[in-house]
Amino acid sequence: MALIEVRHVSKVFGPAPKKALALVREGMGKDELLARTRNVLALDDVTLSVERGETFVVMGLSGSGKSTLIRHLNRLIDPTEGEIRIDGVDVLGLPNRGLETFRREKTAMVFQRFGLLPHRTVIDNVAYGLEIRGVAKAERRTRAAAWVSTVGLAGYEDRYPAELSGGMQQRVGLARALCTDAEILLMDEAFSALDPLIRSQMQDELMALQGRLRKTIVFITHDLDEALRLGDRIAILKDGRLSQVGTPAEILLHPADSYVRAFVKDVNRARVLTVDAVMKPPPLRLTDETLEEALAAMQRRGAEIGYVVGDQGYRGIVTRDAVSAALRNHAAPNVAAIAVDSPSIGSGVSIAEALPATLASTFPVAVVDADGALAGIISADRVGEVLAPFEAREAAE
Amino acid sequence: MFPDIGTPIADTVNQFVEWLIVEHGAFFESIANGVLVVLVAIEQTLRSAPPPVILAAVGVIAFAASRNVLLGLAMVVLAWLVGCLGLWEQAMQTVALLIVAVGISIVLGIPLGVLAARSRIARAVINPILDLMQTIPSFVYLIPAAMLFGLGKVPAILATVIYATPPLIRLTDLGIRQVDHDVVEASRAFGATRGQILRGVQIPLALPSIMQGINQTTMMALAMVVIASMIGARGIGETVLIGLQRNDPGTGLLGGLAIVILAVIFDRTSQAYGARLQAYRRVRS
Ligand SMILES: Nc1ncnc2c1ncn2[C@@H]1O[C@H](COP(=O)(O)OP(=O)(O)OP(=O)(O)O)[C@@H](O)[C@H]1O
Ligand SMILES: [Mg+2]
Repeated sequence: MALIEVRHVSKVFGPAPKKALALVREGMGKDELLARTRNVLALDDVTLSVERGETFVVMGLSGSGKSTLIRHLNRLIDPTEGEIRIDGVDVLGLPNRGLETFRREKTAMVFQRFGLLPHRTVIDNVAYGLEIRGVAKAERRTRAAAWVSTVGLAGYEDRYPAELSGGMQQRVGLARALCTDAEILLMDEAFSALDPLIRSQMQDELMALQGRLRKTIVFITHDLDEALRLGDRIAILKDGRLSQVGTPAEILLHPADSYVRAFVKDVNRARVLTVDAVMKPPPLRLTDETLEEALAAMQRRGAEIGYVVGDQGYRGIVTRDAVSAALRNHAAPNVAAIAVDSPSIGSGVSIAEALPATLASTFPVAVVDADGALAGIISADRVGEVLAPFEAREAAE
Repeated sequence: MFPDIGTPIADTVNQFVEWLIVEHGAFFESIANGVLVVLVAIEQTLRSAPPPVILAAVGVIAFAASRNVLLGLAMVVLAWLVGCLGLWEQAMQTVALLIVAVGISIVLGIPLGVLAARSRIARAVINPILDLMQTIPSFVYLIPAAMLFGLGKVPAILATVIYATPPLIRLTDLGIRQVDHDVVEASRAFGATRGQILRGVQIPLALPSIMQGINQTTMMALAMVVIASMIGARGIGETVLIGLQRNDPGTGLLGGLAIVILAVIFDRTSQAYGARLQAYRRVRS
């Protein structure tokens, strides 16, 4: 089971949430509800799950309910309706004590508006989570100091938050969350207050950290580039409803509705998508077949080209003509002997980087993974299809 | 035209006070004795200590509160002036009374303020009572107080506490409710218990407001010293009272000056401390 399970969660802020929700079920929209009953529909029947070790990004416009959603995960907000399970535990059923323990041990949070303790110095802010857990002062200070320097604030340990810039305060908030070593990190626009340079540094740092620690991260942002960079999966919220949940490639290539499409419209897909997200399986994979077998297979599949792999991985290609010629001349015992070296593309590179090779080649280029094995193929047509604007794609269909 | 509700109210209250005295007289007496023991001990200490020691203590406390040598010295000079007015003994008696009264106000006021901040119901109950305490003339409760505790220092302290505690309760309540919601939420998110939030976040952040409350309570307690003297408390209030009774405006003025000087000393010192508590809000240059 997934680490975080959110099922049919709805949240209404206002004087009569339950009644308001009933009206919504009868079909009243968010705006009408607010105008007629002064209740705000913040989340509307949200269901999602986050796997252990995953970085799950939530995106949406301002007011779409992102902060409300993430606050449900550690129950800073109680839902009007629905169910939330974390690591199998029904969070909504926890009594006060249990909830406090759960928050102390399982989750750590970075806030959009920082939420630093103004009367405490940077180091004491960072150590706060450990202090709540009852960790001795000397130890928590040592651990906090390490995180303070990780986020680039060494030397500011004894300053008060009011003495720091917004971006620096944001980093204190980040260090405070990381310092607790909690399994689940809840990050509400954690990088929004940072300038672009520091921001991409912090993104790198977070990804490196995630590579080491495999935490489960729920990350909120309204920056699509950030979402694409960090997210294993991305959820898109609109007016409290989930529009789509999917991998970056799914979101970019198959936006579920016009709202998502508007979001991803201006993304430079060539830079963001990697080859493995758009490659196709090879039509014909040859190993040590005899020339007859190879030719038969090619004719059967209607393939002009075969991709030859050996023990060491991808070897090269053979064309049908070359196979027939070799067969006539009895020139070789099997296809491996006549495979022609041809360029291949690493599966992790961006489409922009792969573009020259695909355009230069008259046939689909082989894609190889980190071990050198054949992972798929990519053609210039496929690249064109992926990069074409949605309008053009629709016109073509 | 007017139905008489006054007589039954007065009768009922009288009967109630009678009943308290008869049934619970011992209880009130033990409270009175407890308060008296503390008061007498403080008063004895202050009066028996040589004035230079007290002056030094004033200087040290003022400096500790403000980290400002000039302010410390100024407070010492002011305290010395009280001696020059010929009212040193009386001032010590008044200060002892103030310490006990303000001490009781703090012990009662801060928890009540916290309660009011946390619970809407508690606030709905406490607020009108505070309004009543602040508007009702003190003589009204001095009568039953004197009946319960006899004339003297204890009813004087009681009257002072009743008059002086409301601002502390109100400012504690206000201070805690004004603590940034985001900060409290962050603290909750890290799993802090209600007690941890109260001690580690709400009280520290409300402290400037609470200090303001203590300051006001002290000022109001000082304003009560003349009335306190009318029911038998000794001290500067007595000097003012004597001036009044003997048609001696000069003596009355001396007493008044001494009260003002004490007020200035308490006020400056506690304000400076309050300001220092907020140092984190300022950016160091
Ligand atoms: N405590 C609250 N009381 C009443 N309404 C609220 C409250 N919190 C949020 N809302 C409403 O719920 C909706 C969603 O708010 P939320 O803060 O979750 O948006 P968001 O997606 O985080 O926006 P942003 O990107 O601006 O942070 C908004 O319409 C907001 O007005
Ligand atoms: Mg938000």
